Amino acid sequence: MARMKFLCDTERCIECNGCVTACKNEHEVPWGVQRRRVVTINDGVVGQEKSLSVACMHCSDAPCMAVCPTDCFYRTEEGVVLHDKDVCIGCGYCFYACPFGAPQFPQSGTFGLRGKMDKCTFCAGGPEEDGSEAEFEKYGKNRLAEGKLPLCAEMCSTKALLAGDAVEVSNIFRERVIRRGGKGVEAIGWSTAYGKGSADADSRAATATAPAPEKTGGAQ
Amino acid sequence: MLVKRSNRPSGPASSAQADTASTFSAPRGLDRRSFLKSSGLAAGAGAIGAGLPFAMVRPADAATDTKAAGTVEMRRSVCTHCSVGCAIDAEVKNGVWVGQEPVFDSPINLGAHCAKGASVREHGHGEHRLRTPMKLHNGKWERLSWDAALKEVSEKLLAIREKDGPDATYWVGSSKHSNEQAYLLRKFVSFWGTNNCDHQARVCHSTTVAGVANTWGYGAMTNSYNDMQNAKAIFFIGSNAAEAHPVSMLHILHAKEGGAKIIVADPRFTRTAAKADHYVRLRSGSDIALIYGVMRHIFENGWDDKKYIEDRVYGMDKIREESMQWTADKVLDVTGVPDDQVHLIAETMAKNKPSTVVWCMGQTQHTTGNAIVRAMCNLQLALGNVGVSGGGTNIFRGHDNVQGATDVGPNPDSLPGYYGIAAGAWKHWCSVWGVDYEWVKGRYASPGMMEKSGITVSRWIDGVLEKNELIDQDSNLKAVVYWGMAPNSQTRGKDMLEAMKALELLVVVDPYPSATAAMAASVRKEGVYLLPAATQFETSGSCTASNRSLQWREKIIEPLFESKPDHTIMYAFAKRFGFEKEFVKNIKLEKDKQGWDEPSMEDTLREINRGTWTIGYSGQSPERLKLHMKHMDTFSAHTLKADSGPCAGDYFGLPWPCYGTPELKHPGTPNLYDTSLHVMEGGGNFRANFGVEKDGVSLLAGDGSASKGSDLPFGYPEFDHTLLKKLGWWDELTDAEKKAAEGKNWKTDSSGGIIRVAMQNHGCHPFGNAKARAVVWNFPDPVPKHREALYSTRPDLIDKYPTHEDKKAFWRLPTLYKTVQQQWKNVGKDFPLIMTSGRLVEYEGGGEETRSNPWLAELQQDMFVELNPATAAERSIRDRDWVWVKSPTGSQIKVRALVTPRVGTDTVFLPFHFSGRWMGQDLLNFYPVGAAPIVRGESVNAGTTYGYDVVTMMQETKTTVCQIVKA
Repeated sequence: MARMKFLCDTERCIECNGCVTACKNEHEVPWGVQRRRVVTINDGVVGQEKSLSVACMHCSDAPCMAVCPTDCFYRTEEGVVLHDKDVCIGCGYCFYACPFGAPQFPQSGTFGLRGKMDKCTFCAGGPEEDGSEAEFEKYGKNRLAEGKLPLCAEMCSTKALLAGDAVEVSNIFRERVIRRGGKGVEAIGWSTAYGKGSADADSRAATATAPAPEKTGGAQ
Repeated sequence: MLVKRSNRPSGPASSAQADTASTFSAPRGLDRRSFLKSSGLAAGAGAIGAGLPFAMVRPADAATDTKAAGTVEMRRSVCTHCSVGCAIDAEVKNGVWVGQEPVFDSPINLGAHCAKGASVREHGHGEHRLRTPMKLHNGKWERLSWDAALKEVSEKLLAIREKDGPDATYWVGSSKHSNEQAYLLRKFVSFWGTNNCDHQARVCHSTTVAGVANTWGYGAMTNSYNDMQNAKAIFFIGSNAAEAHPVSMLHILHAKEGGAKIIVADPRFTRTAAKADHYVRLRSGSDIALIYGVMRHIFENGWDDKKYIEDRVYGMDKIREESMQWTADKVLDVTGVPDDQVHLIAETMAKNKPSTVVWCMGQTQHTTGNAIVRAMCNLQLALGNVGVSGGGTNIFRGHDNVQGATDVGPNPDSLPGYYGIAAGAWKHWCSVWGVDYEWVKGRYASPGMMEKSGITVSRWIDGVLEKNELIDQDSNLKAVVYWGMAPNSQTRGKDMLEAMKALELLVVVDPYPSATAAMAASVRKEGVYLLPAATQFETSGSCTASNRSLQWREKIIEPLFESKPDHTIMYAFAKRFGFEKEFVKNIKLEKDKQGWDEPSMEDTLREINRGTWTIGYSGQSPERLKLHMKHMDTFSAHTLKADSGPCAGDYFGLPWPCYGTPELKHPGTPNLYDTSLHVMEGGGNFRANFGVEKDGVSLLAGDGSASKGSDLPFGYPEFDHTLLKKLGWWDELTDAEKKAAEGKNWKTDSSGGIIRVAMQNHGCHPFGNAKARAVVWNFPDPVPKHREALYSTRPDLIDKYPTHEDKKAFWRLPTLYKTVQQQWKNVGKDFPLIMTSGRLVEYEGGGEETRSNPWLAELQQDMFVELNPATAAERSIRDRDWVWVKSPTGSQIKVRALVTPRVGTDTVFLPFHFSGRWMGQDLLNFYPVGAAPIVRGESVNAGTTYGYDVVTMMQETKTTVCQIVKA
């Protein structure tokens, strides 16, 4: 079974925000909600600037799932972490638990009312019927059900953002790293999201084929 | 825990959309098509398709099998935001644009988009568009019908024409028009009787076009984005591709990963610089000094390509002499770049060949722009890099069709195809249009005005404001028609407001006319009309990407609201002006849904084909272009060539020159001047356009230097009927061809026979085979020379490198150089910061359209100025503070401070996409209701100063001065 993952190659990400507007476009995400965003570190510092596209990484051992008091999260067979907005109470625990700052809260009101949480669905919709109007209203389009991948990665201007089966993503990234002489082997966020040697089967499969974890050597 | 879709068949839904290293590294190995087969897309449709509901099968085959999908149809178009030419597949349901899919088959972008391209579907919403015709009455915007608007505008224009002559009007065309629309607008303006027309190219790459064409033949990008994969070194100077042409980085980073060295020289550490191997910070406007510094190292080390120079370059000795003047200390003084970095550039370029250069508006928008770009050409000629795959001068154009509008559109000094405006050119085009030359002549104020270059868009304001006795036409400008261009992309905003006030009539035809509307309404009560134009997604036609490939856009949706396509509006006006029959002599009219007459875009392209022999816009028939769009998957992303399928042998989009008639089946030219290929396979050589001899030195190419397989393996002049007869090839023409070709040359022979015989039968280039000119003797500085900007913070350098003398009648206007520079010689005392401007990835051009798109606007909500932490600290300015940017013109704009080491301590940077605020005031109340963009900000050009290129009237935006204080 495929295990869907994201990987952003900082050697290629140019902060063009194509992923961000692709997401907005595909799901009609309202103003103020950033399911995906691009983060640039050391902005403007010669030789140190790096950009990275970030969204929900659909973690192997997702902290959001662990902390959710209403158990609104679930994982699909492809490893995509989704949630049920009908069950979500907007408490915001997941936001504090998430290492990537992925959960978004479109509303704010008295007594800290946050409304329903919204986040990247890996273009896989929600618990409603695939491709239904109800699913679109709450979660956006369901591309996986149509045999398509997340639009952010499909449209990435430099193919920095990869999305798809962990094996494929890892293979692409590894070949690329080898071709460029081992440069940029750090797949930022990969091990945070997908772990190292976890007992979880998905994650075992992933680490077997994953790029070298951060801060260790690289493919030579 | 819920588990979804448990009934889904298991299997290897392996999937990844990206080009892998292997898809790219295999020469023609795993291409996009086979790649898709190994991805989730194909697996979804094939392996597990049987078990899936119908909706899940649709997308895999959607592009070809639209009917079967029920209500969703796929339409293919091209992004309208920059010159890369990214293809778009639109899903349309019941006439509504409901989805946007990546086109993995496009050899240009392989499905990739930047923020702008990924958001173009918003054009189908268009919530901030102008919806109906409007006029300004008593200081308020009022709606009126199309009929009333056409009537009032045409009556007023005709009255001005009657009273003050046809030259009292100014027509700003558009690089966002399709080729056909841009071409029709030039014809339209000619029939009106003036050369006062222009478009965005004036203020983006006019210096490139003039400088590069005068060096070696054609004023365009020599190679392509794709071909940059073959470069071993890439030198960017004055280009921030990562923000201005993001998808080009797909090819560039691929080259880098294969070992290519990337150097970025720029006053600002850009997003492109962040991806480079070396970043070189130079002082804005000092490019020529830096390039000579590089060339001195090349000559001193013997890295120049001597055989190439001997055979293919005229005047390199003069360039060598000049470069020797540029010693390390002089280069450091002028540019701020230490010699070891200059040496590094030279060595990298020389030892990693083929090496290529990229430049954009950082080089072109200067008073010396024409010379800067020629210095770059000379660098590449010295290295023997031109006419070579992986080499060349990769000049990235700006708008999606700025190349095409330059080639066949509304230029003040030329008819379509760079034919010029001399009598011969007029006769050629009149015969193509099927109209009487004498009739057109009668439309002009005089034969003299017919052959006199018009005012440029960079100076229309002076056409209004300058004293009448000083301008080189009868009347000042009384009416201006802004037909698809933003006002805030032109400099001297303060003067523009005065000009708008002084006009009798201002007409704006645009989907988003609001910047012009708001500016005008802030100073006027009457006499402004807004006409809603359709976007390129609401009509069809061709556009030319920077690499000279033409792509055909299908109409995605019907024009929104009351908008009409530009060519439909042109025809409606032509009817009111009484030249509609002449206007569409060879062009079929079709009725649109409201019963308006719409000129056929296919027929218009066929007419372009029949006239534009010079630059090979003759072979790209609508049928051939549509075939390419349909079979994109057959073209290689490495070479742009189709090796199989119905387009086999062609290069994608038939990149011009695509010589001869469509029947000749020329494949288009992937890389200009490439002698390693046969001319019928896209090969070529430098153009013989400047005579055969200069001061006793032959200008023709050296013996043995010719395109592959040429029957004339040496230099030769351009082909005409006499040369054909001398060579004994005349009888190879058919009788019909002979009749058309008699007395003609290859550019005016309406049969294309001369071209056919020269190319197909003898492998010769119709434009001859000559040397490139390192010295362009007809320009003010034949050998490019560094000259200080008019507003410089270095008075000592003004003494050493002064600007040009003032000019009296230059494009119909007096133009100042020395007077301004001397007057402002010590401007640096009060305005010590170099002010430069540039692009943001989220916005395009004047920005009104993109700032109206919520998906983009959300990402950049404030106009800002980047200043160095030290510069900020000296002024007690903190990040995100409001500051005033003060200009010597007396303008001041209020913007946010963005404190960053991206710029040096002497320079500040501002993006140029903003408008809608004016010197601290929000202009919201001056917009037509509902047509204001979401994000408004101060325009940098409210504060820019005087200064124009000495050849093309390009405006100086990149090097001026300012002071910044906390607001």
